[in-house]
Amino acid sequence: HGDVSAKFCSRRSADALRPLPPRLQSPDVFATAGTTICDNRISIWSSGDLGNAGLNGEYHGEPRLLCDIQHNGDVMDMQFLDQERIVVASSTGTVTIFRHHQNNQTLSANHRWEKAHYHVDQDTSCGGAACTGVVCSNPEIVTVGEDGRINLFRADQKDAVRTIDNADSSTLHAVTFLRTTEILTVNSIGQLKIWDLRHQRNEPSQIFSLAGDRVPLHCVDRHPNQQHIVATGGQDGMLSIWDIRQGTMPVSLLNAHEAEMWEVHFHPSDPDHLFTCSEDGSLWHWDASTNVSEKPSFLHQGGRSTAYLSHSTINQSVVSAWLSNDPTKDRMEITNLIPNQTLSVNSLDVLGPCLVYGTDTEAIYVNRQLFA
Amino acid sequence: MGGAGPGAADEHRPVTVVPGAVPRRQLCFAWGPAEVLVCETLFGRTGEGAPSTSRVFVVRRDQDIYIQTLRKLFNESHGIFMGLQRSEEELAGKSRKAQLVQVSKNYRSVIRACMEDMHQAAISTRDPALQGQYSTQVSILSAMELIWNLCEILFVEAAAAGPLLLRLLDWVRLHVCDVDSMVREVLSSENPSKHKLFWNVVDIFVLQGRMDEARHLLSKEASANPTSMNMYKILDDLMKKMPVPSLGNTQTLTELELKWQHWHEECQRYLQDGTFASNPHMESICKILLGDEDAILEKKELMTTWYHFLVTRLLYSHPTVKPMELRFYAQSSMDLFLGGESSPEPLDMILMAAFEFEMHQVIKECSIVLSNWWFVAHLTDLLDHCKLLQSHNLYFGSNMREFLLLEYASGLFSHHSLWQLGVDYFDHCPQYGRVYLELHIERIPLSTEQKALKVLRICEQRQMHEQVRSICKIMAMKALRNNRLGSALSWSIRAKDAAFATLISDRFLKDYCERGCFSDLDLIDNLGPSMLLSDRLTFLGKYREFHRLYGEKRFPEAARLLLTLMTAHIAPCSFWMTLLTDALPLLEQKEVIFSAEQTYELMRCLEDLTAGNPDKQKFQDDDVETTKVEMLRLALARNLARVIVKEGTVEGS
Repeated sequence: HGDVSAKFCSRRSADALRPLPPRLQSPDVFATAGTTICDNRISIWSSGDLGNAGLNGEYHGEPRLLCDIQHNGDVMDMQFLDQERIVVASSTGTVTIFRHHQNNQTLSANHRWEKAHYHVDQDTSCGGAACTGVVCSNPEIVTVGEDGRINLFRADQKDAVRTIDNADSSTLHAVTFLRTTEILTVNSIGQLKIWDLRHQRNEPSQIFSLAGDRVPLHCVDRHPNQQHIVATGGQDGMLSIWDIRQGTMPVSLLNAHEAEMWEVHFHPSDPDHLFTCSEDGSLWHWDASTNVSEKPSFLHQGGRSTAYLSHSTINQSVVSAWLSNDPTKDRMEITNLIPNQTLSVNSLDVLGPCLVYGTDTEAIYVNRQLFA
Repeated sequence: MGGAGPGAADEHRPVTVVPGAVPRRQLCFAWGPAEVLVCETLFGRTGEGAPSTSRVFVVRRDQDIYIQTLRKLFNESHGIFMGLQRSEEELAGKSRKAQLVQVSKNYRSVIRACMEDMHQAAISTRDPALQGQYSTQVSILSAMELIWNLCEILFVEAAAAGPLLLRLLDWVRLHVCDVDSMVREVLSSENPSKHKLFWNVVDIFVLQGRMDEARHLLSKEASANPTSMNMYKILDDLMKKMPVPSLGNTQTLTELELKWQHWHEECQRYLQDGTFASNPHMESICKILLGDEDAILEKKELMTTWYHFLVTRLLYSHPTVKPMELRFYAQSSMDLFLGGESSPEPLDMILMAAFEFEMHQVIKECSIVLSNWWFVAHLTDLLDHCKLLQSHNLYFGSNMREFLLLEYASGLFSHHSLWQLGVDYFDHCPQYGRVYLELHIERIPLSTEQKALKVLRICEQRQMHEQVRSICKIMAMKALRNNRLGSALSWSIRAKDAAFATLISDRFLKDYCERGCFSDLDLIDNLGPSMLLSDRLTFLGKYREFHRLYGEKRFPEAARLLLTLMTAHIAPCSFWMTLLTDALPLLEQKEVIFSAEQTYELMRCLEDLTAGNPDKQKFQDDDVETTKVEMLRLALARNLARVIVKEGTVEGS
């Protein structure tokens, strides 16, 4: 499945990595982080020979380290704010913006919110709580943590714009934007919550939850085009698809990994494709596009019925990709991209034809021909 | 303690100086899983008077685990190790051997890759101390690869006479690395044959059996020096004709020996009739071709090591050497080469043991000399898969493979981020792996919940219930200390720890009693089936349900639930007073809510509480409580009156 080139970082697994927003057509630069206690670094990599990418699409370069910088605490999550700035969530509860100076390939700390997440008392020497998730929509930054707190920062402001203390009684594991003013969070008692940041009320505007055992949810992503479709991954490795327009329970539950699903991502430009990675050492590519293409297309049948059917057809093709009620999902094509991996795949990201993932064997892998 | 290996019990016991400890002071120690705690004692210091501080040192057993640049070695070899454990033993004969040789090569390529990284690091650093450190590591890795390669040839592949020599030649060529630069220097000069190193390079090629390259160089000499053309042609011909063992089965050993004998005689003739007498260089080459030990030994400087000498000697005098004959040639080569000038070093002893097919000696010496367990653990495991070590049992532990793997994995576990690799190694130690894992896994610092989840997953997959409970309890306690009752509860639900769930439920209830409202409603409202974990948790859930019903003004349902909580003994007795107080507003409603029967039951509950309470004093002393009881009695009586009237009316009508 495409060429995979690997690079051992020789430090703790790339626990979080994100490609930069693409410049030109190719996502060439990505960031990784290691999570050791004594030597924790944020690194910027070039995913191949920038100049020498062959015209026939062959890439021979290993990922190349451009620059790195020390980081305090384990890196729990990170996101690019823009082409030059990365926001990093630390296990110490600190949130830091690093700037990547591209002219001389260096990294520097740009801004730091010490103990954005904390237990009991922000001023004591200890008591920082791990910041588990961060999401950016320049200039806004939202972070969540083990302290059940939600912070809203602006890149240019010293203090938090908004803090919701005790937003959740359990641990918040991940956060993502639903719309510009709304965010989605998942927690350790199987709940998906929508928060409207315009409201001053410190309560979620909607709560969705798994039925039965309240299995913790670890990751969340929203469909890039159809904002009502949300995917989450749980401790039991199950993939849940939610339609936040209706009901309080997931539309479908798909048996997936054998252990914690650490990340889930819709492909940003081709959202019929979904990627998930897990503690069980697998990385799955879910392809729902075959499902759509095999549906009869009413639009091309012509005749009088076209106008009548077109509306429902559009809806159907929209629904069919992820929300189809077919519980067996037999048409969904699922591929494990890394057979024989024994240790956890902690993070992944996709952009264009590129897939980047990091594992507990302290390696990052770049797959540059995802749809080859 | 670097590598106090299994052989540490005898004469080679290595000495470790504890840095920072006062010399000659008595030390005491305690063994840890991968470290030793060393402490200065007061023993023998009675006369000193003033008490001085005693310090505690942590001495690590496997130092290399902490070398940053070696992490690639540990991580990548883990994958190879796992592949080997998964590999099918059923594969028969040749394909199995090919598989094992491939595994061995993979291990070596990881060592080499590490060596290159380390070399790069040594070049690019400006810090001389660091540079020295890297260079030391490069030489250690290089020695490791050298030993491994030899073991691969002799034990894993078990090359037979003929191919054995070819493999040994490859081995020597691979590990003499400065030839290439010398060749480049000679070839790039204007007149190669006049270069001062020209004959050195030719000799090196000949000593390593690289005939084609040697002949290519010699042709330069011939063209530059027409007078020696004839001589050159003869030597070139001899070199071209030299019979070599083939890897395929195209010729038998006897055929080879015959051809070789013939060729040998031809060389002998040319040497005796003085063909090369006018050119000492060519003459010396011819002598080497004849396997003349003195001629070869003259090139000692070019060979640098006794094992190069050994292989060259074998090439030109015993090309069909059998594996079991190696030991004699090896011993005499070493003696001849060192010539009593220097004594053999540890590396020499290890290689010698390998040539003698003393596998256990190799492993033992490596354990003593190397500062890591990585090498011996992986090599031994590989040899064990080759079915070479089965007969050997230790007087401690299970067998050597497992012993070494346990040591290595324990080292990994002492490292804050390599410990996950250790788990898989323990899994493949059938006898003690599980016990070791149980002991080590509980000592992993649980700095974040994510890390705790990873540890938990490992334990759950292996049905380590005790450890699961303990990890969840640690996390629950942490959450409780941080006032994160919701998190604490979800941890105890995960561990199915009823006692702890009860404790947390009590905290919730206490908070409620103090503040008059519930915290963490999002959790309590969504307990689901986990509510059944402990009675107190059930009560908490139900009690919250009562409040919800009350809030939604569904009074009859609320009343029924409240009563059930007491009559079915779901509520703890200590909470009954609160429940009865909660009944007050229901009793005071305009509408009659409790039926006569229910009211009687409420009264009985109240009486049970006041009468049944052995601590009667409490109610008498506490004015507030007394008032409460009085108020309740009054309210109950009033309600009873109203309900009798109501029920009477209803029944009557």
